[in-house]
Amino acid sequence: MPFVEAVRMALTTLWTQKLKSFFSLLGVLIGVTFLIAVVSIVQGMNVYMENEFANRLVGLNTFQVRRMPNFNMGNITDEMWREWLRRPRINYGDASFIQAKLETPAIFSRSCDDRTQIVANGKSAKDIRIEVVDPGYFTIKNYDFSAGRPFTAQEARAGLPVAVIGNDVAEKMFPGIDPIGKSIAIGGLPYRVLGVTTKQGTLFGMSLDAFILAPFDSPLKRIACRLGYMDEFHVQTPSVNQMNQAVGETEGLMRIRRQLRPAQDNNFAIQTAEGALSGWKKISGVLFAALPGLVAISLVVGGIVIMNIMLMAVSERTREIGIRKALGAKRRDILAQFVIESATISTVGAAIGIVLGIGLAFVVKATTPLPAAVAPWSIGVGVFLGIFVGMVAGVYPASRASKLDPITALRAE
Amino acid sequence: MTDVVIQIVNLTREYLMGAERVQALRGVSLEIRRNEYVAIMGPSGSGKSTMMNLLGCLDTPSTGEYWLNGQEVSRMPDDALARVRNKEIGFVFQTFNLLPRASALQNVELPLVYAGTSARERRDRSRHALERVGLGNRMDHRPNELSGGQRQRVAIARALVNEPSILLADEPTGNLDSATSADVMRVFDLLHRQGQTIVVVTHEADIAAHAERVVTLRDGRIASDARQEKVQAA
Repeated sequence: MPFVEAVRMALTTLWTQKLKSFFSLLGVLIGVTFLIAVVSIVQGMNVYMENEFANRLVGLNTFQVRRMPNFNMGNITDEMWREWLRRPRINYGDASFIQAKLETPAIFSRSCDDRTQIVANGKSAKDIRIEVVDPGYFTIKNYDFSAGRPFTAQEARAGLPVAVIGNDVAEKMFPGIDPIGKSIAIGGLPYRVLGVTTKQGTLFGMSLDAFILAPFDSPLKRIACRLGYMDEFHVQTPSVNQMNQAVGETEGLMRIRRQLRPAQDNNFAIQTAEGALSGWKKISGVLFAALPGLVAISLVVGGIVIMNIMLMAVSERTREIGIRKALGAKRRDILAQFVIESATISTVGAAIGIVLGIGLAFVVKATTPLPAAVAPWSIGVGVFLGIFVGMVAGVYPASRASKLDPITALRAE
Repeated sequence: MTDVVIQIVNLTREYLMGAERVQALRGVSLEIRRNEYVAIMGPSGSGKSTMMNLLGCLDTPSTGEYWLNGQEVSRMPDDALARVRNKEIGFVFQTFNLLPRASALQNVELPLVYAGTSARERRDRSRHALERVGLGNRMDHRPNELSGGQRQRVAIARALVNEPSILLADEPTGNLDSATSADVMRVFDLLHRQGQTIVVVTHEADIAAHAERVVTLRDGRIASDARQEKVQAA
């Protein structure tokens, strides 16, 4: 079987007719480029959403008890929205009830947040996120400190006016000055800065460092928690399994406390990192569902182009086929030769497509905050599709070539 | 019995040209023995080409029998014929029929590729065949880098590389000038002396003069079959 010879001949043909080859490869090339790029970007998004988005905003092995889910990417109908607004808010009692009854070991933190104006060091800033939390919050969010320290349980219990500030707030309000021990005025009251958290960067262009944290029972509660209600109750467990267990327990405890009958739906939300991702999962699901269609269209077009190129090659090389048959090539030898040639052309297209797709993914990675990650399986699929499309496209021209009558073929010009 | 390489019994071949039935061969019987050097002659339309195609197993007869080296090939299917062409027949064509994009060596290797010979053996035998026709120093040249005579010698090397039962040449000097023609015919004479069975289809008397036996066809029948004194190569 002249396999190597057929591949080599196909490559020679490609090389000697560069422009024609380029156009014949275009369909497969675009299809595979698209496949690799979309898969890479979506995979990158997945990694990003899981590591950065969900775990930073929700926390590792953490869930939040809320009135309504806070990450909504899916379709929310007016009816759903109205139902959410009718729900009772989470109150302090709910938090202490769960904290007291939960059997799974866990770290807890109540939290309320709002945006307000702050004044410090003779400067003022508007619309800064202020949040009152329990000391466990620093563990839950896995905050590191670039200076100072978090507030202690004693400070929290006493409700002292102390604060931990994000890196952006420190840089903006205290440029070139050590902010530790300085005072920030929020709602007219001074808070002493205890610590600055390490810079976390941005998420989709939003800063993760523009916040001020104060003890839950500090005077800031009156600004952040309106009417004695709470925005979120954070629960962190040591492991995923324990988290799932704690989620179940918490759901039960909340239903008991709200006195919900079995037929009634939950009138609260338990937000896990996974739940926060559900909207994104829907989007990436749609992308992955549409992808095969888009790739298939360009591959079909690419296959037809290659088939035409091969039909041309067969008629241009009728004489060669005649010679080969005269020298003892069987039908299947000729068939194999042209199928291999067609598959080689298509595979070269796929290979270029893979390189371009990876390139495109890296361009996206370099120019946007999305970390595109090339999926090895998509490269495998690309190579397979290249070979497959080429073989399918080559069968008809090759079978025509193999059926040529040697006498007629030898007489061809 | 083993001495007879080709045995043809009452061979006919008809073609349909549109609605018309053309009888190219009308009952030809012929026997060619091992190490014979036969020229098949005749004017155009005499059935020469049909004869050549049938002898070369490129075509099958309408009726009659064709025994090649003890095998009946007249009723064989396509792939079996391909195998016979590969093992038993070495073709030399008027237009050389070399693959333009392959080197001389690769052209000579081609029959061995289809015979399933290993790459190393292919190379060795092809080199040897090219050396036999005096082209040991031109192995890596492509056909367009060779003269007409050299090309035909590459084709002869390719025809010989599988050690076929017959060397079948169709107007082997038709595209060559007389000096080169003489050159190529000398190669044929040499091969004949080495024991090769050769059948040359030609309409040129001076080419046929090299053969020891001349079969003349006319209107699809054998008009004469005569042994002759072989002329000495000039």
